[in-house]
Amino acid sequence: MAGVKSLEILVPGPLTTVQDHGRFGFGAYGVPPSGAVDSFSLRVGNLLVGNSENEACLEITVMGPKIMAHIDIAIAVTGADLQPRINETPLTMWGSHILKKGETLSFKGLRNGCRAYLAVGGGICVPAIMDSKSTNLAAKFGGLEGRPLRAGDILFSSSPHRHLMTSGDTLSHELIPLYPEDSTVRVILGPQDDHFPTASKEIFLNSPFTVTPQSDRTGIRLAGPHIEAKRTLKESIISEGVVPGTIQIPGDGQPIIILGETVTGGYRKIATVISADLPLLGQVKPGDTLNFRRVSIDEAYQAIREQEKWINKLKEKMKAR
Amino acid sequence: MPFNDPVYRIMGDRSLLVELGDEIGLGVNQKVRALFLSLKDDPLEGVVESIPTYRSLLLIFDPLKITLPMLREKVWHRLTILDPSQLPEPRKVEIPVIYGGQYGPDLEWVAGYHGITQHEVIRRHTEHIYHVYMIGFMPGHPYMGELPEGLVTPRRETPRTVVPQGSVGLAQGQTGVYSTQSPGGWQIIGWTPFVLFDSAKWPPALLEMGDRVKFFAINEEEMVNWQE
Repeated sequence: MAGVKSLEILVPGPLTTVQDHGRFGFGAYGVPPSGAVDSFSLRVGNLLVGNSENEACLEITVMGPKIMAHIDIAIAVTGADLQPRINETPLTMWGSHILKKGETLSFKGLRNGCRAYLAVGGGICVPAIMDSKSTNLAAKFGGLEGRPLRAGDILFSSSPHRHLMTSGDTLSHELIPLYPEDSTVRVILGPQDDHFPTASKEIFLNSPFTVTPQSDRTGIRLAGPHIEAKRTLKESIISEGVVPGTIQIPGDGQPIIILGETVTGGYRKIATVISADLPLLGQVKPGDTLNFRRVSIDEAYQAIREQEKWINKLKEKMKAR
Repeated sequence: MPFNDPVYRIMGDRSLLVELGDEIGLGVNQKVRALFLSLKDDPLEGVVESIPTYRSLLLIFDPLKITLPMLREKVWHRLTILDPSQLPEPRKVEIPVIYGGQYGPDLEWVAGYHGITQHEVIRRHTEHIYHVYMIGFMPGHPYMGELPEGLVTPRRETPRTVVPQGSVGLAQGQTGVYSTQSPGGWQIIGWTPFVLFDSAKWPPALLEMGDRVKFFAINEEEMVNWQE
């Protein structure tokens, strides 16, 4: 495989996978996007170490791995705060640092959020399958052999020495997300909001929901007040395409937010999370509280432009270095 | 019924659902296929993904590249110049199946439900040619229909937590093959050694929307002839 031996997984953590921005254009074959659930953290991490923003990172879930460097390499840890440290020294997140040959990166424990991202200067060399390096766990392809990382895995990176000079670069403090345990995501109603009586929509928009332990990369399963569809309707609809952020209401009335591991679904969907808030869905964990706030599509576009403005600012800053 | 005019629904800020009818039927599905193939041959700027299903096409777009009203107008224009009679001939695919026993644990139940022999279930399932309406749920997983009336069977009351890859199942008027191991509630009547999804191949899925599929029965000894 191309690239030089850069990192070795000593301890994998419960679920650490290779993910880039996702796999697009193969939905007609039933191939879902997969990819980093928190795309903002992925993009920022990559930019900080001088990668293209869509390069593959390690997505680290709830508990950290232990990773040793085989060479001096630039790294950035973004997303959830799992208290990363180099050997015993705490590592500042949202910035580029050098992990020296022989040093280990480990994580002391979760302080907020759900998924941390480890970006590596020079990326992670795994074959792109259908234009993406993302791991599809259900169909077992992409990433490293289509599976979560294991102890003893060796990762390769492309020309990592060319990224060492990014060390010291950081994301502006005010842009670092906080991931509170009680958060609100913005939604646009639809596509089947007309299948729900007004009272159900009111309940959906005005009640807190609890994230259940059955949540994973395929979806966030919520528990809360029963959301009832109009009584004259059948339990399911004719299966149709879905996107990450779509909120479906099955027969039991408990919402499920679909993430990027499927392309179709047969339950009615009351609302869809706006693009700018999708990264936050990657950071809610079991026990957290989630609220929904309705916005207009213009507000959604305003939020996307705002987010892209900050990403572009970071890109310019990195280019100017 | 196929709609005279499409119904557009928005799914969030970056996807447009174009509904071309309100039922599972060949006419509507061919219209979806025609629109899908037209947009595949001559893509619209800013559209990053299109997912065809029974009666609708979901278009995922980059809102920084194309606005919703503009996309809707372009889709509408494309629909006016579509000619579903010009669709490419469907491919014909024959799929070997070992029916019953450990390969089809629900065959006996299905036979009992219809008051016929297991052999008659197999005869009915293999006699018919099925249309692939869509690929979804899992990579390469086909939704096919319609089953002959005498095979229309409800789903299992309790879904299985694990259905092996290659399992051939029935649910209501549909038949399908599990392309990957997954949970599922379909009545499993058999198993095929054919691989329906292989990420290392192009195309990665054995079947695509619009294909015509016929199953044929094989026995355990013949299985090796069909394994890749």
